[in-house]
Amino acid sequence: MKQKRRTMLYIPGNNPAMLIHGGTYGADSLLLDLEDSVALEQKDSARILVKNVLKNINFYDAEVCVRINHLDTPFGMEDLKEIIPLKPDAIRYPKTETIEDLKRLVTVMEEIEDQHEISHDEIKIHIMIETALGVQNVFEIAKLCHRLDAITIGGQDLTADMNIKSTKDGSGIDLARKMIVMAAKANKIDAIDTVFVDIDDEEGLRKETEKSKNLGFTGKAVINPRQIDIVHEVYTPTEQEIRKAYKIYKEFKKKRTEGIGVFAVDGKMVDAPVVARAKYTLELAHINLQEI
Amino acid sequence: MKNSLNRNIPEFINGIGKIAPFTGAWNKLKKGWMDEITISPPNKAKLPHQKKLTETLKEAIIKTSPKNGMTVSFHHHLRNGDFILVEAIKTLAGLGIKNITLASSSLNNSHSELIKYIKDGTITKIWTSGIRGELGKAISKGIMENPVVIHSHGGRVRAIHTGKISIDLCIIAASAADEEGNATGAVGKSAFGSLGYARIDSRYSKQVIVVTDNLVEFPCFPLSIQQNFVDYVVKVDSIGDPTKIASGTTRITKSPMDLRIAKLAADVIEKSGYFKNGFSFQVGAGGASLAVAKFIREKMLRKEIKGSFLLGGVTSYGVDMLNEGLFKTIFDVQSFDAQVSSSLYNNKNHIEISASLYANPYNCGCMTNKLDIVVLGALEVDIDFNVNVLTGSQGYLRGASGGHCDTASGAELTVVVCPSFRGRISTINKRVDTIVTPGESVDVIVTERGICVNPINVELEQELIKTGLNVRKIEDLQKEVEEIVGTPKPIEKTDKIVALIEYRDGTAIDVVRQLKAIE
Repeated sequence: MKQKRRTMLYIPGNNPAMLIHGGTYGADSLLLDLEDSVALEQKDSARILVKNVLKNINFYDAEVCVRINHLDTPFGMEDLKEIIPLKPDAIRYPKTETIEDLKRLVTVMEEIEDQHEISHDEIKIHIMIETALGVQNVFEIAKLCHRLDAITIGGQDLTADMNIKSTKDGSGIDLARKMIVMAAKANKIDAIDTVFVDIDDEEGLRKETEKSKNLGFTGKAVINPRQIDIVHEVYTPTEQEIRKAYKIYKEFKKKRTEGIGVFAVDGKMVDAPVVARAKYTLELAHINLQEI
Repeated sequence: MKNSLNRNIPEFINGIGKIAPFTGAWNKLKKGWMDEITISPPNKAKLPHQKKLTETLKEAIIKTSPKNGMTVSFHHHLRNGDFILVEAIKTLAGLGIKNITLASSSLNNSHSELIKYIKDGTITKIWTSGIRGELGKAISKGIMENPVVIHSHGGRVRAIHTGKISIDLCIIAASAADEEGNATGAVGKSAFGSLGYARIDSRYSKQVIVVTDNLVEFPCFPLSIQQNFVDYVVKVDSIGDPTKIASGTTRITKSPMDLRIAKLAADVIEKSGYFKNGFSFQVGAGGASLAVAKFIREKMLRKEIKGSFLLGGVTSYGVDMLNEGLFKTIFDVQSFDAQVSSSLYNNKNHIEISASLYANPYNCGCMTNKLDIVVLGALEVDIDFNVNVLTGSQGYLRGASGGHCDTASGAELTVVVCPSFRGRISTINKRVDTIVTPGESVDVIVTERGICVNPINVELEQELIKTGLNVRKIEDLQKEVEEIVGTPKPIEKTDKIVALIEYRDGTAIDVVRQLKAIE
């Protein structure tokens, strides 16, 4: 089953306490950050810290990604050289704007992987779209390479790039959100929504996450462990939804053996897209489809 | 000699006497009665319409004819805002009284000044459920000749009933009282809620002084302390610092780590089989343990479960749950914030209880015996599930036994919550520094890195594994944490015993030894 990415918890690479405890908060995915949350004068020490954490700390079931600095900065190349040999689950590349950006990242990663005899398939790539140019090119970027596994929208940087105010309803980046989801879905990869910065506004987070889910985002980035459960609650199917999906999928398996593709459950038509949705719901609920 | 937990216990301690070793959490109670003698409350007399009011605390104390070697008792309901305990000891010292046995239900940061009166011989013995702050440090370094006796809240009542603590003078601070000595903590500018720990002292002490900063017209209501036990009444300007006596509302922690642990603990409770209609519940007031109440409340609402009673140290969060109809009753031996006081005063289902009804092991059924689920904190635990809530990582006395072992003994399900390490100090160790609560009375330890079920509770372990919770062997967790934080050097101590830790039944569960001076 594909790795669930309902939540992706940002952990500043210069915060030892949060790094050590990162795997205990229950997030699906962890983002050990060497980029924006680390001050320029701490870039080296954060890299060393993240390196040691990757070597020594158990993150349990969480996916572990490292956000490196852009290759245009003096830190990006060193980040990759130090982090790739430790084989995190994914490298997240910030401020991806063009196909060339991603091509360059892949080339550098492959060179380092070859030096360390690491397969090119082992470490996934996540990119962040956080400029207007990136949004404009996202459809082309998304289909560039098979290693690309998720696209995240960076809301804070994008509003800055667009020179608009960041608002709670996110109206300014609405189009970008939809384009990014569409590009990701077209290539069967994950789309992760941007962070919700007001950590004390639990209802606000819940509403925005519901909106993200309805738009098609696979999950949401979070900046505080307290946000994890709320996002998971929104992305976890309710008992009623699971029961409905179970019924549909069970009926689908039965009808398939009879050669029937379209049928009705509780008086409503079920066809291939409805079955696909039911299947996704059951996967989110950790239900083994083989046993249905 | 060694007790059943393999702790070295002396057979005799100067100033305390012969020591009985701990033999098991319920071993002594199995007989159904106790062999120890039972003390009767004193007979007293007052002439009709005789006045009890005195002008000053000193005048009241002089009227009780204080003498060397007397035992003086206090309650700790004023918490860190207490003005009365130190003032009374200062007065007794001024009168030249020596060799006092101090029997306070607990001691905290507001009592640091006592160090002076220990050093000058005014106080030579202490019985209490907890010691914190500078006083704890000083005692750990060995400033007292006689060891302090640390008892539980229930154990204190047992010690009073059996005459181990024989109180000559009991001084009770109250936020409201009348001229006859009827008193309460539920109203007044210094309101602190329940007077549960003082009630037993008022009944058994040879003399009783009620001190209040709010003398009200007779009769003072509710009768937390009754006039028939009170000798003198004193009106003072202030019994304590209201900002330290009772905060506005106890807030649920925002610490992501505490919340994570609390959520896991609530999941354990939900899946344990004890989370059902009519269950009774107690949580501590701090950090992760109080936060468990938040998640339990959400689960109760979602599953439409109604509980029976909340017990213990009560916070405003518990009061909210009572008001929402999630529980029928609160039994309140100690209150933690201002909102609790008004609920205690106004709500007939919020019932003040004495420490005896709360947790005394020597009666026919204290409330802790009827408890289904308790959530407790810990300074450290060990791979035998023993819990230390008393001595810190540097070996100082810095905590309280309180109701920890009482509730663990009584509850059907005892859940201990703690982070797997604090700072660089592991809380899951091979052997705790000091045992307060025996592992046999602890069912589950919940940390952010996993849930450990006591192997004596095999069925519960199997049930929790089935639900998909992260159940781990405590030995594995201990090793994992040790790999992260390393192993600290043992704390260096001398042979001198500075504290005897009594289990609730009066047996010796452990001792605390003097810390070696750092050269």
